[in-house]
Amino acid sequence: MSIRMRTRVTGWCFVIAAVVLICLFYFYPMIQAFNLSLKSGVGTNLQYVGFENYKRLFTDSNFITAVTNTFIYLIVQVPIMIILALLLSVMLNSDKLRLKGLFRTAIFLPCVTSLVAYSVIFKYLFANDGLVNLLLLRLSIIDRPIGWITDPFWAKVTIILAITWRWTGYNMIFYLSALQNIDRSIYEAATIDGASAFGKFTKITIPLLKPIILFTSIMSTIGTLQLFDEVMNITKGGPGNATMSISQYIYNLSFKYTPDFGYAATVSYAIVVLIVIFSYMQFKVAGDR
Amino acid sequence: MYLFLGVTAFVSIFPFLWMVVSSTNPSVGVTKGRLMPGTHLFVNLSNLVEQIDLVRALANSLVIALITTGLALLIGSLAGYGFEIYRSRAKDAVFNILLLSMMIPFAALMVPLYRMFAWLSGKMPVIGIDTKAAVILPTMATAFLIFFFRQNTKMFEREMIEAGRIDGLGELGIFLRIYVPTMRTTYAAAAIITFMSSWNNYMWPLVVLQSDAKKTIPLLISNLGSSYSPDYGMIMTAIVIATLPTALVFFLMQKHFVAGMLGSVK
Repeated sequence: MSIRMRTRVTGWCFVIAAVVLICLFYFYPMIQAFNLSLKSGVGTNLQYVGFENYKRLFTDSNFITAVTNTFIYLIVQVPIMIILALLLSVMLNSDKLRLKGLFRTAIFLPCVTSLVAYSVIFKYLFANDGLVNLLLLRLSIIDRPIGWITDPFWAKVTIILAITWRWTGYNMIFYLSALQNIDRSIYEAATIDGASAFGKFTKITIPLLKPIILFTSIMSTIGTLQLFDEVMNITKGGPGNATMSISQYIYNLSFKYTPDFGYAATVSYAIVVLIVIFSYMQFKVAGDR
Repeated sequence: MYLFLGVTAFVSIFPFLWMVVSSTNPSVGVTKGRLMPGTHLFVNLSNLVEQIDLVRALANSLVIALITTGLALLIGSLAGYGFEIYRSRAKDAVFNILLLSMMIPFAALMVPLYRMFAWLSGKMPVIGIDTKAAVILPTMATAFLIFFFRQNTKMFEREMIEAGRIDGLGELGIFLRIYVPTMRTTYAAAAIITFMSSWNNYMWPLVVLQSDAKKTIPLLISNLGSSYSPDYGMIMTAIVIATLPTALVFFLMQKHFVAGMLGSVK
């Protein structure tokens, strides 16, 4: 009995530091944020306003723009990236392919860069007088420079291209490792039965990779909902607010405009709610077999 | 297939090549779209050292990343080991609650954390706003690392614990003398993940570090990137230097790197 008690206490000793730190730096701030979200005012001069801040969300055009932008990134970028990563991983997994290691390393390489560093590089590449426009002009694909950073539509395209460049290889590695665990004989049997390459992809590969596709799409969704470094460093949210993400709006509310911590905390809760809803939806969708 | 892979590989590498090539060219060369290596690298380097305190930013980033990695590995592995080896219903419940913290976006924590450290500044300035401690503290314990160590601990053989007990080792002794050395590869993978995320961390340092002397590499690069009359050659040199440590880690320890990434879904 006393030995069992002692092991139990020892067990808690191992985990206590982590438990305390996570409560202190994750859960306690979330409670604080909720408390803050019920207040309004400038800087440290805050008054309770009840749920006023939450009502304000629905009429705040900046917030609506930020949410719309984030959704556009999400709906366009995540599927493109996942399909691209799947195709690449299937190709890299084929037996006949040569230079496999070289391709894999090259496509994975973008993941090594820091978000800020690659964002600055993309900003320069896609500047009005940047290399991308220069090349497109020289190849006569366009006759006027595209406003990759300065046009509201193209600026979103640039952000989407940038994120796709950075994360496709990362997702590909997950699929590749899952593919390597699939028994080759399943494919051999399908070949004997006369299945086409496309048929094998949709009937065998996709269903077997379903859990990992679910995992990566949840990770990408959470990542996109938190998008910050790229918009901050490529477009600064501009032109106007055309590329501003929700995270950036929270940052602006707290540290760029006249600080309104109460309302910033309200917007934070909006992201949390979105993340929970999206993760739940993806689980549901992937859950029906 | 080769065409598709070739084009993708080229697109993936091109920004790197351009970055390296540009770091050897003067600013004018970069804006003119020069794609050939030049001879301007040392001029760019000396401009960088003279005009911008790159060395200090490197030192700041390195100190923060190393301390964070050391502490995060210690705390995370202790917890992962504890949750797996001393399993109980209560601990499983606590573990599941901790996992929920992975769903919390940092943007949501930013404001309350900032206020917490602003308040601390008044009480204990050494860990308040604008200190390295303020950068390190909130990133010391992550549910991801606990989860990662716990998953890997499942493969740690329990007989070794019994053997340790028979040899008269205490519980902590078993952890330090047997577990830590056996799990070297897990530690290596965890160290790479943590080091990289700390080295590249942007949002929290941006909020909490205010004086120029405290700035880390991502903050410095971000500042350079938003300057109005940028010296492209010099900025590219700075980015190359900032990317080198993580690129080196990747090339030298590719296996551990990938193992670490995949470890999250085992």
